[in-house]
Amino acid sequence: MTRQQQQKFSVGCITIVAAVAVVPIILIIAFIVVQGVGSINWNFLTSVPTNGMRDGGIWPAILGTLILTFGTAIVCIPIAVAAAIYLAEYAGDTRLTRWVRLAIVNLAGIPSIVYGLFGLGVFVLFLGFGTSILAGSLTLGIMTLPVVISTAEEAILAVPQRFRVVSLSLGATRWQTIWHQVLPHALPGIITGVILGLGRAAGETAPILFTVAAFHLPDLPHSIFDQTMALPYHLYVISTQVPNMPLSIQYGTALVLLMIVLSLTLIAALFRTRMRRRRTW
Amino acid sequence: MNAIQHTEVRPAAQPQQGLVFKVPNILPRRLTEFLIERLIWFAGVSTILIVVLIFYFLIREGLPTFLDIPLRELFGSRWYPTEGHFGLWPLISGSLVVTLGAILIAVPLGLLTAIYLGEFAPQWQREILKPLIEILAGIPSIVLGFLGWVILAPIIQQLGAPTGLTAFTGSLILAYMALPTIISVSEDALYAVPKELRDSSLALGATQWQTTLRVVLPAARSGLVMAVMLGIGRAIGETMAVLMVTGNAANIPQFGPSMFFEPIRTMTATIAAEMGEVAQGTLHYNVLFGIGIVLFTVTFVLNSLASRFVGSQAARRRKGQL
Repeated sequence: MTRQQQQKFSVGCITIVAAVAVVPIILIIAFIVVQGVGSINWNFLTSVPTNGMRDGGIWPAILGTLILTFGTAIVCIPIAVAAAIYLAEYAGDTRLTRWVRLAIVNLAGIPSIVYGLFGLGVFVLFLGFGTSILAGSLTLGIMTLPVVISTAEEAILAVPQRFRVVSLSLGATRWQTIWHQVLPHALPGIITGVILGLGRAAGETAPILFTVAAFHLPDLPHSIFDQTMALPYHLYVISTQVPNMPLSIQYGTALVLLMIVLSLTLIAALFRTRMRRRRTW
Repeated sequence: MNAIQHTEVRPAAQPQQGLVFKVPNILPRRLTEFLIERLIWFAGVSTILIVVLIFYFLIREGLPTFLDIPLRELFGSRWYPTEGHFGLWPLISGSLVVTLGAILIAVPLGLLTAIYLGEFAPQWQREILKPLIEILAGIPSIVLGFLGWVILAPIIQQLGAPTGLTAFTGSLILAYMALPTIISVSEDALYAVPKELRDSSLALGATQWQTTLRVVLPAARSGLVMAVMLGIGRAIGETMAVLMVTGNAANIPQFGPSMFFEPIRTMTATIAAEMGEVAQGTLHYNVLFGIGIVLFTVTFVLNSLASRFVGSQAARRRKGQL
């Protein structure tokens, strides 16, 4: 085989390998859409489960996931953005900064089930919140920190240095510069990171298993100290724990969850490309 | 307000306005500045605090595992928690088998895809493939687990396995969950290789494939190792998918190719399946946290090692850009 033939052969091979990696993604999504779209109607989305969850809708689970995502945002955004500002604007190349970076890398790598254990140990038991929306939001919020911190830091670093120099030279303090010049320009990037992080959080099951998720609740939650149903856990329950569960409801639930999570991912992606196109500096 | 709008002294290119709400000017400027800087510093340091807290609470609840159970028993082969046998070896080996299988599938698949994306794919393909891989990263593990449960397991059973719920089923799903990490990290590593190296090699008459194989891959080596390590971390910590598709039998698989086609039970799945049913303060409860300590330690070591590569990679890229 000549070198040119070898080149052609090898490139052909890795093209096939890349297809093997990517085609299943399309298949997975297409399959869930095709199987699940039939069971989605207004009633399915807005009513409560009946007949041992074998009939009716999944509204409590949808609502629970929305509440938890909102709670995650409240916990995560202030800490993550402040930490990103610290890393991008204030932190020098010190040992402390290196430790902070190491901590963030490790937070990103800790298995989600370990976050679940942490939430159980700290929020549910030690602080006495019980299995509640509060405990679940705190757990998910902490789990989401590393994603948001790193994207927010990148967005802040992408703001050109001369903006800061001009602002400082006009007599603004460091914080005024950050608040009035840097953050507004970094905002689209920060929002992208937040949405991405929330998409992850909305689809997570393991961290909410012991901190908030309820098997089946007839009532919607009334306060942040109540349990709630949530879509990922609901999908787990109806596919493995309930016998004689109609497949259509399982696929419908999977589709709703997938759509919520993917639309967040998609919004983040669109936001990012638009922001890149608009950037004028 | 109106007056301002009518007198057209506004500069044409109004820079983006500040955020809508302002910090109240009650405190003197210096004091505000000081307080805000403290707060921001604290937010940064809180990440360290959280890691320490997680470790502290795992230890607090899980320490009796390593104090009350003799080591010989702890690494024994029997996991019958209701009868007081807490041998972790079946769970550890279950995790190892599933992760090994996932890595055997995901590493060649991920690295080659990254090479294709980074070195050979035309621009239009890249613009389709990269968002698709991001979408894969976004699919919740429970959805993949669900598909494994209703589709993949029956297929594998039809292929001749006694049951479809095997380590291999889990490995296959985990492989696809680890792919986005492996692809994006190794693509970054390939991207960081200076263009001069490629150009020199091509100028000497090497084909693009030879250049990739002999020049680019060795230069990107450390980043590729990091990609694999992060992928392993992903796979070993995954919970819901393996809980659904690996059969959850706490056996020790016989070493050999057949070990992939037996039902196994991982550490993560054990925590997820059993924590809901144990009373707080029992030894079983403590042992589940003990398993958490093992998982935390393994991923901590993997990520700390990988982050050393991140540092060197980022530094090199910065040099490349200068």
